[in-house]
Amino acid sequence: MALIRTDAVATGGRPTAKVSPAPGRRPSGRWTALAFLAPLVVYLLVFYAYPLYRNIELSVHDYTPRAFVQGDPEFTGLDNYRAVLSDDAFLAALRNTALFTLVSIAFQYALGLALAVFFQRGFRLSAVLRAMFLVPWLLPLIVSASTWSWMLNSDNGIVNAFLRAFGIGQINWLTSPGTALLSVTVANIWLGIPFNLVILYAGLQNIPASLYEAAGLDGANAWQRFWRITFPLLRPVSAITLLLGLIYTLKVVDIIWIMTRGGPADASATLAIWSYREAFGTGQPDFSPAAAVGNLLILIAFAAGLLHVRMQRKEGIS
Amino acid sequence: MTRPSFPARAAAFGTALLSLAALTACASAPTPGGDAAAPAADANTYTWWDPYPQHDASSAWAKRVDTCGKQAGVTIKRTAYDTTALTNQALLAGQEGNAPDVILLDNPAVSTLADAGMLATMDDFGLDTARFDKNLIAAGELDGKTYGIPIGANTLALYYNEKILDAAGVDPASIKDWASLGAALKKVKASGKKAITFAAIGTEEGSFQFLPWFWGAGAKLTELDSPQAAEGLSLWNSWVKDGLAPNSVMSDSQNTTWEEFLTGEFGFAENGTWQINSAAKAGFPTGIVQIPAKDGGAAPTPTGGEFITVPVQKDTKRYTATKKIVECMTTPEGLVETGTTFAYYIPSTAEGQQAILAKEPSLKPWVEAVRSAKGRTSDNLGTKYPKISEALWTAVQKALSGSAAPADALKDAQAKAKQAVGG
Repeated sequence: MALIRTDAVATGGRPTAKVSPAPGRRPSGRWTALAFLAPLVVYLLVFYAYPLYRNIELSVHDYTPRAFVQGDPEFTGLDNYRAVLSDDAFLAALRNTALFTLVSIAFQYALGLALAVFFQRGFRLSAVLRAMFLVPWLLPLIVSASTWSWMLNSDNGIVNAFLRAFGIGQINWLTSPGTALLSVTVANIWLGIPFNLVILYAGLQNIPASLYEAAGLDGANAWQRFWRITFPLLRPVSAITLLLGLIYTLKVVDIIWIMTRGGPADASATLAIWSYREAFGTGQPDFSPAAAVGNLLILIAFAAGLLHVRMQRKEGIS
Repeated sequence: MTRPSFPARAAAFGTALLSLAALTACASAPTPGGDAAAPAADANTYTWWDPYPQHDASSAWAKRVDTCGKQAGVTIKRTAYDTTALTNQALLAGQEGNAPDVILLDNPAVSTLADAGMLATMDDFGLDTARFDKNLIAAGELDGKTYGIPIGANTLALYYNEKILDAAGVDPASIKDWASLGAALKKVKASGKKAITFAAIGTEEGSFQFLPWFWGAGAKLTELDSPQAAEGLSLWNSWVKDGLAPNSVMSDSQNTTWEEFLTGEFGFAENGTWQINSAAKAGFPTGIVQIPAKDGGAAPTPTGGEFITVPVQKDTKRYTATKKIVECMTTPEGLVETGTTFAYYIPSTAEGQQAILAKEPSLKPWVEAVRSAKGRTSDNLGTKYPKISEALWTAVQKALSGSAAPADALKDAQAKAKQAVGG
């Protein structure tokens, strides 16, 4: 069983406040403890609990612009959810979300892991090269997304110019229903590799070199060393990387919005895009359905998170 | 070496999850207090919002706003937002009960805010709206009441590159209807240049650009699936299919297509009044023709431009100075001044139009285009328009990307629009 402190990465810098005053301690001590805790609690309430509550409140009322201003929305219960779930666009958006998210994290993880293993060897210039792989992470999203959409432009993009050189005709990457989702997924994979690389590389540092030496003595080749040592020992790190990747990818709006606006028609509209478009993409904000779609996204992420916690727990017991 | 406890792991997961929740919620939840743009309590400071962030505090526009404030005996504090952000900010301010004294609103947004009960009517102020052009002020009317005054108007026309047209042997005066326009486009293409560019992007801009062809075919916004509507969409569709227009029109905004036109590679570009200065500075001679209707004559083009509106205030004493500010912006001289400050905005009254023509005779085709233009929210569509428009631009995207035939795409659009507006 793997005994690696991987969760340090996940909790990164957020100390878990654990207050368990010993029974019978002086009350003033308890008050001091509470006072220390108060800023954190207030912070959590104002910036996390309230928005979440507000999002649920928006989704069970009918907030037209008028109701929004007057503050007298009609309570509609689960009508917004029903309308969203029975909308033709829902299944298409769910399918797009699943494709976009799963393909993105599969490739991000596989390529990130391959690069992490590659850089672990520590050859000359490896630090420089590793830094270069971080570039997608450093660029503002609007820059990378606009650059991708220029590169993939049907008429003047460099990708089509390159393909033309090989006699391949024009492909309408962003404006054809068949390729729009693929194009934004590729751009998103490129963006996500650095995150996976960094976390997995950090995880690799925690695998004791002695294990590789022992395996080497037993005659294990590189392939066996990877599958028998690296991969199993990296499992907890991999799990949290994939979970965070899933949550980050589910909520991606910016890159798709800049590249295709969810189009053409709805060909690259994910649930997050749908939610954004309802709220801000048209002349008339429709906050209630937008909040309903957003809450469904939270539920999906929540389910994935529970699965993760459960798997971790099982592993802990075994 | 021990594993972190289960609660610690749950907390890690919880925080990640909550960050997702915060993302979806933060934008819709109002920020309690602390809004820098909230109106000052000062009785002599009047707040003013407009959608012109490109004009900073030292611009001619900011000075013009200041002058109107001085004439009314107050100081104006101006805040500029991006067009879409402005509507959302206004709704938030309305909810918080601290709306500014004056908002310059993009015309389709007027009915949304009016319907929200946020705007005072012009009658309340005793302002006479009869002298404004009917087709322009219509966008500010809802159920017989007028909620704003257009401070100017702009619209669309076809800019052409004279050099390319000359080389291709096309006389712009010959463009009278769709058939003669089609012939001209084919000639341009045969001469080795690209024929036309327009913006068919999946946003309001896409609908804005499509409306002249939609209306020009005789279609109505209440009936997206009419044969006339299909004719309009088939026209655009055939341009893309036949290579008269580039495929990228589907993802291009009006700014992008204008940049393309400025490269000197395009014969025609559908664009607006706001490009007059830029066209004059282009590296080639340009001109404009009005967008033709299918069977001849000028097609109704959609009006663009902002309305001056007055949000309802708790303290009605403020209205006295607000009225003076509104008047200052809407006198004939005021309209002309706004028009020239903005390079160019066509005044919204006949008198103002005469005055600007006396100054700038070259604006004549634009004044005519504005006179035949039509508000997007007119015909009492009001708050239904944004929903119909969304259905319309989706249909345009579907047809041009080849995922549905124009008629089928419009049939879906009509069903969608009907469902969205509830009837």
